[in-house]
Formats: sequence, C-alpha cells, structure tokens
Amino acid sequence: MLNGTRRFGALAIAAAIVVGACSSAATATPATPAPTPGATDTAVAAAPTPTPAPTINCQTGSITTAGSTALQPLIQDAATAYAAACPGATVTVNGGGSGTGLTQVAAGSVNIGASDVLAATKLQAADAAKLVDHVVCRQGWIVVTNPDVTGVTNLTTAQNVAIWTGADTNWNQVGGPDLPIVLIFRPASSGTRATFLKLVLGGAKEATGGQTLTEDSNGAVTTAVTKTKGAVSVIGFSYYNDPANKALLNGLQLDGVDATIANVGASTYKLSADGNLYTNGTASGLTQAFLDFMMGPQVQGTIIPKDSYGPVAAQ
Amino acid sequence: MAQLTNAFEATGLRAKPGLMERIDLPRRVVFLAAASMIAIVALLLAFIFWQGIQLFVKDGQPIGAIFDSTWNPLADTPEFGILPFILGTLVVTAGALLISTPLSVGVALFLSEVAPNWAKSVVQPALEIFVGIPSVVWGWLGITVLVPWLSDTFPNKIAISMPLVGQVFSMPGFLTGFSWLAGSLVLSIMVLPTITSVSYDAFRAVPQELRTGSLALGTTRWQTIRHLLIPSALSGVLTAVVLGMTRAAGEALAVQMVIGNSPTLPAAITQPVTTLTSQITLDMGNTVFGEPWQDALWTMSLVLLIISVSSVVLVRLINKRRIGQ
Amino acid sequence: MTATARPAPGRSMAPRPSLRSKTSRGSILADRVATVALWATGMFVLVLLGSIIVHFAVAAWGVVSPSFLLSDPSGETLGGIMPVLWNSIYMLVLTMLIAVPVGILGGIYMSEYAPDNALTGAIRFAEESISSVPSIVVGLFGLILFVDNAHWGFTALAGALALTFFNLPLMTRLAEQALRAVPQDERSASLALGATKWQTIRHVVVPLAIPGLITGVILTAGRVFGEAAVLLFTSGLGTPPHYNFTNFDLTSPVSPWSPFRPATTLSVYIYKLNSEGLGAFKNQIVDGSAAVLISMVLLFNLGARFVGRLLTRRMTAS
Repeated sequence: MLNGTRRFGALAIAAAIVVGACSSAATATPATPAPTPGATDTAVAAAPTPTPAPTINCQTGSITTAGSTALQPLIQDAATAYAAACPGATVTVNGGGSGTGLTQVAAGSVNIGASDVLAATKLQAADAAKLVDHVVCRQGWIVVTNPDVTGVTNLTTAQNVAIWTGADTNWNQVGGPDLPIVLIFRPASSGTRATFLKLVLGGAKEATGGQTLTEDSNGAVTTAVTKTKGAVSVIGFSYYNDPANKALLNGLQLDGVDATIANVGASTYKLSADGNLYTNGTASGLTQAFLDFMMGPQVQGTIIPKDSYGPVAAQ
Repeated sequence: MAQLTNAFEATGLRAKPGLMERIDLPRRVVFLAAASMIAIVALLLAFIFWQGIQLFVKDGQPIGAIFDSTWNPLADTPEFGILPFILGTLVVTAGALLISTPLSVGVALFLSEVAPNWAKSVVQPALEIFVGIPSVVWGWLGITVLVPWLSDTFPNKIAISMPLVGQVFSMPGFLTGFSWLAGSLVLSIMVLPTITSVSYDAFRAVPQELRTGSLALGTTRWQTIRHLLIPSALSGVLTAVVLGMTRAAGEALAVQMVIGNSPTLPAAITQPVTTLTSQITLDMGNTVFGEPWQDALWTMSLVLLIISVSSVVLVRLINKRRIGQ
Repeated sequence: MTATARPAPGRSMAPRPSLRSKTSRGSILADRVATVALWATGMFVLVLLGSIIVHFAVAAWGVVSPSFLLSDPSGETLGGIMPVLWNSIYMLVLTMLIAVPVGILGGIYMSEYAPDNALTGAIRFAEESISSVPSIVVGLFGLILFVDNAHWGFTALAGALALTFFNLPLMTRLAEQALRAVPQDERSASLALGATKWQTIRHVVVPLAIPGLITGVILTAGRVFGEAAVLLFTSGLGTPPHYNFTNFDLTSPVSPWSPFRPATTLSVYIYKLNSEGLGAFKNQIVDGSAAVLISMVLLFNLGARFVGRLLTRRMTAS
C-alpha cells in the first residue's frame, strides 16, 4: 500500500516538476527588479521594515496560499491588489483552516501557509523547523452578544472566566438583564478558541452541556448570536466590523478596553494574536515579492485597516 | 438471410476468428474497468484503516478510550473519547428514519397502489429532483428557514402534564434552532427519495395476481396493503431503510450546518448535538497531519466506513433471507 | 378529495355488492382514511418541492441576472459567480471524461461478460460499498492520496479523481442496466450471423443501449454537479482569482483550462460563504447561487428525460 502511495507521489512530483518548470520559465524576468530592503525573513516578523519599498516588486508567475480562514479575507484582498498592480502574477488564496495551511506548506503543496497559531504548537519539531514565519498583521477578536443583552458593555477577565466556565449562568450576575447565558463556542481546533482560552481564560476548563453550542465559523457564529437570546461568542474584528453584521451584534469591551485596531496595535487590548504566514524555507521569487507587498504601504496602510486587522509595520 | 448477412458485412461484422479473438483484448479491457472498483475500495479501506489506527498505534491511546464520553483535545492530557459523536450520529439518524420511513413508505405505496398515471408522472420526477438537490442547498434552507422557525416557534420549555399523574414529559425549549431535531428533519427529507424508490421497487415486485386475488376475496385496498403487500415486501422495505440509514449517517455538510455541533452526549431533541461527519468537517482543516487530534478524526472516519460497509453486508443478509424464503 | 374515489387503473377499489357482506363498514372507513393519507404523502412531496422552488425563485429575484452569472465575485458589491460556476462545469466535464468511459466499459463487463463467480461477486460488493461510503470519507481519501501524499495540493484533478471514485459505481450500474435492457434476441441474431461477441456488443448492443446510457450519464452528472463534501478537502476552498480564458496552458496553475489549479466549485462556494462569508450581499449571493444550482439540477433531470425519450423514438423509428 505504501509503495503504491510512493509511486503515486513520484508520479505527482514528476507532474509538479513539469508545472514548476513552466512557471519558473515565466518568472524569469521580474518587471521591476527592485531590491527588497531589510527583508531577511525573520527580521520582517519582529521589526517594522526600515525602508518600505517605494515601488512594488513585480514578479510574474503564480503562487498558492492555503490556511487560516481568519486571515483569508486579508490575503485575498492583498492578492487582488497585487495582481492588479502586477499583471502576469496570480496569487490563488485558499482557506481550509490553519492546520491545513501548516500541513500543506510543510509538505510543499502550497507556497504560503497561513496560520493563527504558531507552527511549533502544531507540527512535529522537525517539520516546524523547516518553516519560516512571516508576521504580516495583528488580528483581534471581540466578545459579542445578542443585542438583547442590554446594559452590558464591558466584561472583565474574571467575569469572562466565570461566564465561560459555567460559574455564571445568567446575565444578571454581570449587570445585565435576567436572561440565561448561552455560550457559543468555536470548535476546539480553531485558532480563535485556542487564543481566547489562552489569553482570557488562562486555560480554565470551559463549560459543556445544555447551554452551550459550537459553531464552526465566524459566519455561523454571527448567525447563531444574532438569532439566540442571551447568546455570547467571540468573533474576529473583520467579521464584527462587516456592515452586514455590526448592527446585529453587541460588541463588548474587555477589561474596560475598547476592541479597536488602535488598541490592538498599542498592545492594550489583550485578545489579539499575530497573523502568521509560513513559507517552507526561505522565500524567493513571487512568494518573497508578495510577502514584501504584504509588508508594504499599500497593504499595511490601506488594506489592513480597511479589513480590520492591525498593521505590524510602521508607515 | 443473404440480405441480412450483406447488411452485417457492410457494418463490418464478419466472422473472422484469429489471434485477436483468442487474446480477446476487449474482454480484458472491460474487465479492468469493472475491476477498478475493487482496486478503489481496497485502496480506500487500506488508507482509512491505516490512518484510523494511528491513534492507537502511534499515539498510544488505548482502544477502549475512544468509547469514553469526554472529548477534550485541548487539555494538557488530551482526551479523545468519540462516544458523543458516535451516539450523535446514531440518534440524529434514528430521528431522521423515524420521520422519513412512514412518509417514504407512504409515498411508495401511493405511487405503486393508489396514484393514477397523471399523479405518478408528476411525483416520480419530483422525487428525482429531490435526489439532485445538493446537500449545501438543504443546509442553507435549514439555516435560513428551519432553524429560525424552530427557535421562534418553540422557545420555551415543552412539558406535557396529565391529571393525577402530573408531568409526564418535559424537555427544554430550543436554545437556538440549531438542534438534533433540525438535523433529523433536514436528513429525513434528504433520505426520502432513497427509501421511497427502493420500497416502491419492493411493492412493484409483489405479483399482480396476489393483489387481484385478495381484492376478489372482498378485502379493501387498505386491507390488501396491510395484510398482503407490506408483509410480502417487508425485506425490500427493510433494505430501503438500511440504505436510507447509510445515507443519513454519512451526510456531512447539511447536518453540520444545522446541528449546533456540541460535543456532548445527546440529551433532548431541542438541544445541539454533534455527529461523526460534522466533527470531521469542523476539525480536519484546523489540525495538522500526524498530530493525535487529527488521528482521532481519522479514527472517526474509520468508524463511518465500518458503519457503511456493515450496512452493505446487512442489506445482503436481508436479501439473502428473502431469496431463501 | 373527489380524486380519492377514483380507482387506480386496473384495480377495483370498492368491493362488489355481492361481497359487501364480508366487508365491514369499519374496514371501508379505514380504507378511505388510508387512501386519503396516502394521497396526502404523495401531495406532500409535490408541495414541498413546489415551496422550495418558489422560495428560491423569490430569494433569487433581483439577484440572478446575466451579470451575476458572468462577473467575478466582489467584496463590496453583489458581484457574480462566474469563476465558481465555471469551475463547477469544468469539474463536471473533467470528472465525466474519466468516469464515463470507465463506467460504460465496466457496465459492459458486468452486463455481457461477468460470469457468476466469486470475482463478479467481489466487484458487485465493491460497487455497493463505494456507493455507501460517505462522501466526506471519499473526500478525506482524496486529501490523503492526492493532496498530501502526492503533493498536488488543492487541484481540480485531485477533486475530479475523488469525484470519479465516488460516482463510478453509479455510472457502472446505470450502464449495466441500460445494456441489460437490450433484448437478448438482438444478441442472438447477431451471434447467429457469425459476429464475434465483441462485434455484437460494439455494433448491436451498445448502439441499442445509447438512450439508456445517455440518461445514465446525465443522472451521474447531476450528482457530480452539486457535490461539495468530496471537494472541500481536495479541490480547494477559496475565492478564485480572475480567470484569463485566453491562457490555454494546460499545465499552468492559473489557466482556467488547467487541471493543475485549485478549483472552488459553486457548491463549495456556498458552503464557504455560509461559514466565512463577508459583506452586505453575502446572503443574496448564497440565495442566488443556490437558485442557480437548483436550476441546473432541474435542467439535468429534464434533459435526461428529454434526450432519453428523443433518442428512443429515433432509434425505434429507424
């Protein structure tokens, strides 16, 4: 059976080489051979790019990304903008979840794997060591309730712990109306759930059973919160700020801090994490050019705020 | 005759036994095409089996531990009890069959015994269209129509009280419409065409003379159906229900969209539950290949595969008994 | 319900006067009730289908338009579904290119050659088993085989192969049925004239079975078109880039004609929008897409009937 797989793999690799050969032939001539200042892969992650490339480094060819659905809207918009600026370049953006992104970039099936969580927490050490992390944004999450939870505009960390562990079961225990609390979780595997558990709940054991339900995605959670009396959940900023959703949800402060991009940037709002784009080894060609583009002024200054993420590079 | 032979010669049909025919290449080619299905099944079983046992082989989980009711992969000592998912699949499927079987058998009887031709020629194509409606569309209908309707209509505790005895039945109202019942309702419509068409074939297979004989004895049509048709076609109807069960247990997206996905043991039809398929759909993309968590998902796929292959065996047993009778 | 009093053709419902003594009034009442109930179940199917069609017709009103079908998705405006609709059609054609020949050849073996032995039994068992395997498991199989092990990543080809696995049994069975429906006399006549078995199959049996085969192809196609669970983990889950239809490079990862590219189909797109969709028009887009999917399914069904009938008429006329 394994032999069969290998042979299949070999066949596929042969096919991939043919594909690769074609696209690399196409990428041989960068339109504007701009240098990429300060862009050693790890340096990008930590410090802002010292001198953002004034022009876009246009490469031709195509790359594929897969992974985090939370980062997907940003990568999608950046890909569209890059393709508009650089005809002949295509960035195909797939979702699939952070795990898919990490698995596929480690396997070499995609050029960039997007993840909400660090590779080291998921992959085997050997695989994780091969990957290079590029932090392109900060993403924030907000605790939201159904609008009928009136009078509650802020939850402290302690209150959140009480609510999410099932110690508090009625909104009147945290200053709200007499209404049972309905917890809407994300699946245990999601980056949102893991981040919330770590940063807000401090690893406390979450409630289970009757008054809880689990919805897989920002979209389904939004639907569930808007339709359910007393519901509370956690969604990404980009979904909260979406015009279709914002009016239907009651967004809460966390420890008295507004859930805003500015506060994420200033590190005063704690429910936030890095948006990681991983490459298998050092990036080159179109992959590197696209990562540079994501760190450049157009993405960091315009697209990131528009899509409700936090920039990581100074403008 | 001569004319016919000429006609065949014109179309290239001539008797010419030779090497080609002794090798009989066409026979080999068509055999390979049919046998490819054996290869696919073998490959599929082998892969899913291999992946499905990694949880025990590689990650050292005891086999018994998966039948535990605690699913907590985020804990420091992760627990991969998949009992909530297995039970969830069972109860949601059972609910769907409870709703769908009477309805489907009714439609099958209607088509086979009652319907005039015009009604047949409308209902049968309608059923075929039902088969073709994609599961995401059923799921979307579930989310936009069924789920809100359920939560708006039954928001409060549902209780039945009887004089003297007191409360005989009680269950919580819908927290949200996302629930076991929503899953079962969506599935019941999705398996309706399957159960209907297989039962219909079973009813049609009952010889016409038996019906005529029974009616000639002065029984009503309903008596004929109840005492003659249903007993004669019972194994066919059972087959239909098993096939419906297989389809319901394996359906992923429509169920996942309406069921609420709470990894806890099923308690009431108004509450969210989860199933094997929906948990796999939720977690597969968020886990990486080779981590115990994903291995547990493969184990769930193996359970699904065992359910579906057993149902094939079950259908065969039912039909063997029918032939034996 | 005047219609309930109408007896089914060829069968007498009301007992004859001479036999009435044996039929109590209670059982006649039960018969009436049962008849009404059975009619109700039949009508339920029609009413349900009717309401679904009306629901989507209303929901899609003002959404589905030529520009919806022909433009790229957009974040800010309603946009369109052209690339995903294209991918659905593309995946359908790619899958059928593989599944139809293999399925028909397999059907020929099962109908014309297969001896009654253990091997044939094994093929039938395999056929039934794949039909009963949940689509999500077939999708996972495709994920592990093509996407992970073969390092293809999300590609149209991986999706099409997984879809082929999933639909080959159906295609084979429908082909077998169509071939078996050809009267035995036709084969005997041809063989008696000295034609070989294969010549008989090629020139007599298959041509006579064409209407049934085409119906089988169209029914299989309908199932392929709407499938999402198989493709979720094999052919990609994203908003496709702008397609350049003048790029005919079949190995290119961006050409819309190439099987080596991610291809999000309409069904998968609906699933994705429902779970992670953004924008004020999200629900309209899903309603519109669902309406398009249902219309296509209707088209496939009506098409199968129409083509089957047309061909049968033409074949029997000539």
